[in-house]
Amino acid sequence: MSTNPTDRSFLRMAVGHPAFVLGFVLSALFIALALVSFIWTPFDPTRLDIAGKLKGPSLTHWFGTDHFGRDMFSMIMVGARVSIAVAFVAVGIGMIVGVPLGLYAAARRGSLLDEIIMRGNDLVFAFPSLLLAIMITAVFGPGSVNAIIAIGIFNVPVFARLARGAALSLWTRDFVLAARVAGKTKARISAEHILPNIANLLIVQGTIQFSLAILAEAALAYVGLGAQPPLPSWGRMLADAQTLISLAPHMALFPGFAIIVTVLGLNLLGDGLRDLFDPRLRRGR
Amino acid sequence: MTKNSITAAAVSVLALGLALGAPPAMAAKMDVTIGMQLEPPNLDPTGGAAAAIDEVVYANVFEGLTRFGSDGAILPALAESWEISEDGLSYTFKLREGVKFHDGTDFNAEDVKFSLDRARADESTNAQKALFADIASVELVDPATVKVTLSKPNGSFLFNMAWGDAVIVAPESAADNAANPVGTGPFTLTEWVKGDRVELGRYDGYWGTPVKLDKVTFKFISDPTAAFAAMMAGDLDAYPAFPAPENLVQFEADPRFEVITGSSEGETILAMNNKQAPLDNIKVREAIVHAIDRQAIIDGAMFGYGTPIGTHFAPHNPAYVDLTAQSAYDPEKSKALLAEAGVSDLSLSLKLPPPSYARRGGEIIAAQLREVGINVDITNVEWAQWLDDVFKAKNFDMTIVSHTEPMDIGIYARDDYYFQYGDADFKAIMADLANATDPARRTELMQAAQKKIADDYVNGYLFQLARAGVISAKLKGIWLNAPTQANDMTGVYWED
Repeated sequence: MSTNPTDRSFLRMAVGHPAFVLGFVLSALFIALALVSFIWTPFDPTRLDIAGKLKGPSLTHWFGTDHFGRDMFSMIMVGARVSIAVAFVAVGIGMIVGVPLGLYAAARRGSLLDEIIMRGNDLVFAFPSLLLAIMITAVFGPGSVNAIIAIGIFNVPVFARLARGAALSLWTRDFVLAARVAGKTKARISAEHILPNIANLLIVQGTIQFSLAILAEAALAYVGLGAQPPLPSWGRMLADAQTLISLAPHMALFPGFAIIVTVLGLNLLGDGLRDLFDPRLRRGR
Repeated sequence: MTKNSITAAAVSVLALGLALGAPPAMAAKMDVTIGMQLEPPNLDPTGGAAAAIDEVVYANVFEGLTRFGSDGAILPALAESWEISEDGLSYTFKLREGVKFHDGTDFNAEDVKFSLDRARADESTNAQKALFADIASVELVDPATVKVTLSKPNGSFLFNMAWGDAVIVAPESAADNAANPVGTGPFTLTEWVKGDRVELGRYDGYWGTPVKLDKVTFKFISDPTAAFAAMMAGDLDAYPAFPAPENLVQFEADPRFEVITGSSEGETILAMNNKQAPLDNIKVREAIVHAIDRQAIIDGAMFGYGTPIGTHFAPHNPAYVDLTAQSAYDPEKSKALLAEAGVSDLSLSLKLPPPSYARRGGEIIAAQLREVGINVDITNVEWAQWLDDVFKAKNFDMTIVSHTEPMDIGIYARDDYYFQYGDADFKAIMADLANATDPARRTELMQAAQKKIADDYVNGYLFQLARAGVISAKLKGIWLNAPTQANDMTGVYWED
């Protein structure tokens, strides 16, 4: 595909792309929150203080306290960590399983295995993803690990399709033909020539899937199938807030905002990356 | 009392208002809409265990020989009076005369014999057959007198006869009661819109004090948020067992409503698997109990609605002994006991059914146990899963559940009950209690039973579930306590 821009010109273009910058800042903020939570949170997010429950935002408790008097800011920090961990591993599963499947299908285009792989993907795709996730967690029990598997499974066809589609157009290119003439196996060509050339696409899609996975994790946690207490999770914080919304609106607002901002940030980042990687969409040309 | 003409006008205005679904009329209101969480599966209290059945029909549609008063006392109902023989074996009930069932048939001793024999028969589908287990025979003395003979003295026989499962039904209509209940109560079923509401209308041929309402509607709204909105909008006049205690705080601040808090029969306990190591060690159980701060759970999970208990007994019962001090919150003692028991790095499972007392209470208990070094793995389960996994398979360390049956301390005598206590000494106390008829002796035995399970630290006794509900400030006569699962509407009226 495109020749990779040099680092300096890439950076210059990136800075000139406001959506990318905003997306990058929001995503970085979210990742920083999660990383900082490993070494420091304002309060212990699992420590209860029943006497100080349902307090609004203040200087001590920046985002207020929940119905057990836990510090909402600390919970959101640790919740970010849970969201990232689940989304990262889930998208990772999708990539690690999906990309080789797609590359294999492209290399053996038209074969029976190609058909089996792609129709199998269609099957997973056709199933409502959240329903599938609920089914998996209902069978294997609720918890972060099962949520990861559930979200990971419906990420597989996304990457398989993307990889196959992009790889198919590359198989007709001269440099691939040259490699074949040189006697390289299909597997080596896929790994050495095709994969590096579709990496940009995968990164962009990965970013978008990452945001969707965070949303899916929140949805699973909301229905009680995500991370189990006492581990804080944004979705469960929303569920806890549901009956208290008129009494303590901040309990729903802050986790809600956290989800919106993170998903928005990752989407902007993904859009920006796509613009920057694809020369046809690049600005100022 | 208002003048007739005004009443008539009010009724017509009201009828118009109801037809249009308009807000309640200003004049004396003759109807009431009660919110309930669950819809009854049928309306036959003698053929189903669901609490929602009694919550609709108890005292309203069906009556028994005796009945519960709002304070839990046993009052005469269809039996005007009774005599107990010296040996405690035979009860002669003098029945009320002139009582008619809703279908116009007369109530008499035949109906009593039919109802009791039907309930205790082998093929009976009664959910509480144990209530009738001691009955040896039911004889007709004359149309207004029935003699019940017991196989052994049973001090709680009159209490048993007050249950919703022991109401008197007519042989002509008993088979159809599930969909078309025919009883002797002051209200009859007028309409049942499945999934939405049950409507009861006044029965003019009622034998007792005439009721002050024309119509009672039980509306089924299970979602707490929707129930809150319906109360606020005035669509409901009362919600006697409100599902979300956090909303009660808001009702309290609103002059249109009154929050009623009474005691219920729901002992909420942290049940422990007494046969599972290390919980088979009394020291470990005692340590767990001392690590729990009940008040924090009541405040945090129930927003202050609940009474701490120290044993498996309702605090409003005259025989209750306050044993909360014996299992007071004392983390240091808890740690010492764990050390004494020689356990460290204790990790226990805690399975939580859906109600908020369990889910929220469980999070608080887990945090409190962590303070003394016990790691708790919380698993949230649905009721079906809880019944299979915890109640039947006994695959759990700890769970939180509210035991809402009245006077249910007898479950501790069952070997195969899910927390697996079944202590021999305790069984002996219960056996004595079953045979005792002297009230003083019964109280003594009930107190001994309460102390025994507290001494053995069988379970963690948390709090008595409050019957916290909300009613319109002008609605009077609703039960404050819940001696049984019921919404007795016989004394309810609107204050002008």
